[in-house]
Amino acid sequence: MASKPTYNIPIGPIHPALKEPILFTFDIQGEVIKGVDFAPGKTHRGIEWMGMRRNPVQIAHLCDRICGICGVSHTLAFSRAIEQIAEIEVPERAHYVRSIIAEFERIQSHLLWAGVAAHELGFDTLFHLAWRVREEAMDVIEYLTGNRVNYGIVQVGGVRRDFTDDQFPRIYQALETYEGLVGKLVTLFLEDTTIKLRCMNCGVLSERDALELCTVGPTARASGLAIDVRADAPYAAYGDIDVKPILPDVYADAIKGDVYDRIVVRLFEVVDSVRIIRDLMDQMPTGPVLWETKYAKILATCKKAEGEAIGRVEAPRGECFHYVRMNRSETPEAWKVKASTYSNQMSWLKILMGEQIADIPIIVASIDPCMSCTDRVSVIRDGRQGVMTGDDLHHLSVEKTRRMQE
Amino acid sequence: MRLSPSFNRSLWVFHFNSGSCNGCDIEIVAALTPRYDPERFGIKLVGSPRHADVLLVTGPVVHDMADRLRRVYAQMPNPKVVMCIGSCGQSGGVFYDSYNLDGPVGDVIPVDIYVPGCAPRPEAIIDGVVKAIVLLESLEEKQ
Repeated sequence: MASKPTYNIPIGPIHPALKEPILFTFDIQGEVIKGVDFAPGKTHRGIEWMGMRRNPVQIAHLCDRICGICGVSHTLAFSRAIEQIAEIEVPERAHYVRSIIAEFERIQSHLLWAGVAAHELGFDTLFHLAWRVREEAMDVIEYLTGNRVNYGIVQVGGVRRDFTDDQFPRIYQALETYEGLVGKLVTLFLEDTTIKLRCMNCGVLSERDALELCTVGPTARASGLAIDVRADAPYAAYGDIDVKPILPDVYADAIKGDVYDRIVVRLFEVVDSVRIIRDLMDQMPTGPVLWETKYAKILATCKKAEGEAIGRVEAPRGECFHYVRMNRSETPEAWKVKASTYSNQMSWLKILMGEQIADIPIIVASIDPCMSCTDRVSVIRDGRQGVMTGDDLHHLSVEKTRRMQE
Repeated sequence: MRLSPSFNRSLWVFHFNSGSCNGCDIEIVAALTPRYDPERFGIKLVGSPRHADVLLVTGPVVHDMADRLRRVYAQMPNPKVVMCIGSCGQSGGVFYDSYNLDGPVGDVIPVDIYVPGCAPRPEAIIDGVVKAIVLLESLEEKQ
């Protein structure tokens, strides 16, 4: 039989199946995907470049806006790096406040993802239900930090706001709501026939591939890799409590590494986060939440600092990694952000291969991509027609030089 | 605003992410979900700019997306209203000194309604959409 000709489908950067701009190019034969390529860089804002022109207190706010969904993770990772370089001792209570907010962020992010995943399957009822449930976490975050998005609570040396005793009942109320909802969510997401049909054995990433492609977070755990920064290299208050990586075998019998397993991992991480918040609140110490209240002193300490450090945080999507180098100046000499989607995105090439066109949205969404986290560097491939020619590159380079001279 | 007799058309919105941090984007979706439920007024997100009355733009318009924003704007049928959601679309916000911005949004396409905030609350976004309805009504009368 003569092989059928392949044809080309571009998806993105603006497409209803994508929540964020990214360009996919698929080689399709019949209904089957034979080749995958993608071009990120559509949300590149040059945050690292800007950060190297600002001081650490200002960068904390820039970090919040790397990604509106996992704002705390980025700020926490950056603050940890700076605190290590400048040898700032963060008060015990601040660690607990940071961890509790980070766990609430995980709850809202996973529920957000669950809703988006249901939407990608065409199951809009479930999408609306998941987002209604998510509002409870948003309310608590707003109650505790003052903002629904971009909380701005973490800063170098501690946290900006403390929890008061009269705020605790509201937190417990939210935890009880989620504990009551767990059974319902599991039934809706994991026992539904439509979801089982669409997600089981779809977009499979084997354990070996997950390891070789250096995936992180729920994507790696769904394939059976027991990695979790909270357990492997505890930070903030996670050293004081028991955290174990959640693998799909908490619900299913076998680990397959398909889309369904990724749903299992994320849903049971929500359950685990509720348990973690309870543990943290039980042990919460008293005391100050800031190493130093005067910004001038924080800045002076950072200015004197010399050295390099990394901050690693388990964001809802996986490991979030910040590298900072300070060299006795107001601004960092170097700042590198490696967000979790950066590690996870290469698995797309593997899991999309051989699947059908109709499964593209859910498989793309299954690693919970966050392009605004990822687009630190524009990807430019030379020699590929239509992407960027030598003249374009030269033109860009000249333009940039001019801008920098101004 | 004469909502009751002239609410003859439901408002369909198209969402364009021009390089935002996702903060405004999740608030737009949060504004459409059951807590606020504007779908009872027929307001919903659509997948194509050719079906849309209102264009919601988030983000500071990075270089790669500027041309795409112009093309999406050109594809929308008249009368149309453009809403710019979030501080970074108005002035660049925290990204004001970035080398990769072609924005703010107002420099790329004409904007009718600005919703400030980083990120604006869903209530603020809905308030902006209500103002868009009034504007659309007056645009229709002129036609």
